[in-house]
Amino acid sequence: MTLHARRETRLWLAQRVSAAVLAICVIVHLITIIYATRGGLSAEEILARTRGSTGWLAFYVLFVLAVAVHVPIGLRTIAIEWLGWTGLTRDWLLAAFGVVLIVMGFSAAAAVFL
Amino acid sequence: MSMLRVSVWRGTEEGNYVDYDVPRQTSQTILDVVTYIQRKLEPTLAYRYACRVGMCGSCAMTVNGVARWTCRTHVSAVAGEGGRLQIAPLANLPVIRDLATDMREFFNKWTRAKGYFKGSRTRHDDFAAVIPTSTQARALQAGIECIGCGVCYASCDVVGWRADYLGPAALNRAWTLLNDVRDDSNSERVRAVSGDAGCHSCHTHISCTERCPKHIAPTASIAGLKRATVNATLKGRV
Repeated sequence: MTLHARRETRLWLAQRVSAAVLAICVIVHLITIIYATRGGLSAEEILARTRGSTGWLAFYVLFVLAVAVHVPIGLRTIAIEWLGWTGLTRDWLLAAFGVVLIVMGFSAAAAVFL
Repeated sequence: MSMLRVSVWRGTEEGNYVDYDVPRQTSQTILDVVTYIQRKLEPTLAYRYACRVGMCGSCAMTVNGVARWTCRTHVSAVAGEGGRLQIAPLANLPVIRDLATDMREFFNKWTRAKGYFKGSRTRHDDFAAVIPTSTQARALQAGIECIGCGVCYASCDVVGWRADYLGPAALNRAWTLLNDVRDDSNSERVRAVSGDAGCHSCHTHISCTERCPKHIAPTASIAGLKRATVNATLKGRV
């Protein structure tokens, strides 16, 4: 019971903290997209600004990590509430999905940085 | 005399609505309507009530789709222009028969949430000093008037989705006890409400707070429990 309580509380906290990070990241991301497209920047011009920019790399690494924490925990709740699916298999599958999100996200961040 | 057309749920989990015509009275409550049907039209109708004045929490039902205490709900407030009423048992609880639900699981969850007082003082000890203006005393006062009617529980989406969720009433009770300086079982209580069907399952839809006839805010109590459980976890007390 104690382990249960600690795990659930930590997951909840991780969900809330990652949500707070995402709230900022999504706003910055959207403003950047709108600025870049409405400003008429071409793909080359955008890449010229992101390549070698450690600031943008750090921002998107943080963004991807927040997504990789937030999404599996949210799906876990949906799995319980909609499918009644509980247990370790579910948790391992969702953890694996989090790793997939990290790999996909990091490769996307690397593509505009390198 | 104007009449009300009232559809009442008859049966258990399986059943159907049966229509009754009830004379309209001034200051008539939903409980008056149900009692009229039982006494004059359908003696086998099962329903539950006791005090009739909003104290006991026995008479809650679903009225026109919304969980309400029927003794303090006037027909004029819910019947609308056409004078139609639909009365059903509370949602999220097994139906015993007609309008009477089985409240056992509802109250078992209070026990599971450690929603009962456990002190260690004896008659030989001095009184506990409770400062009425303290944050704890205020938090306790905000939730203490719960009459256990089950309206919040029946209105909760999360209870509908997962039957093991402790629900707003049990969690509100746990929060009031967590703020009771005389109670000394708070680490057990924090653990009890942190499980995977505890306070963290709340989605803050606020239906419980909107529907509570006593104007308690179980949502705020649950938020308090979330803060308390996070504090306890970060300090290694869980």
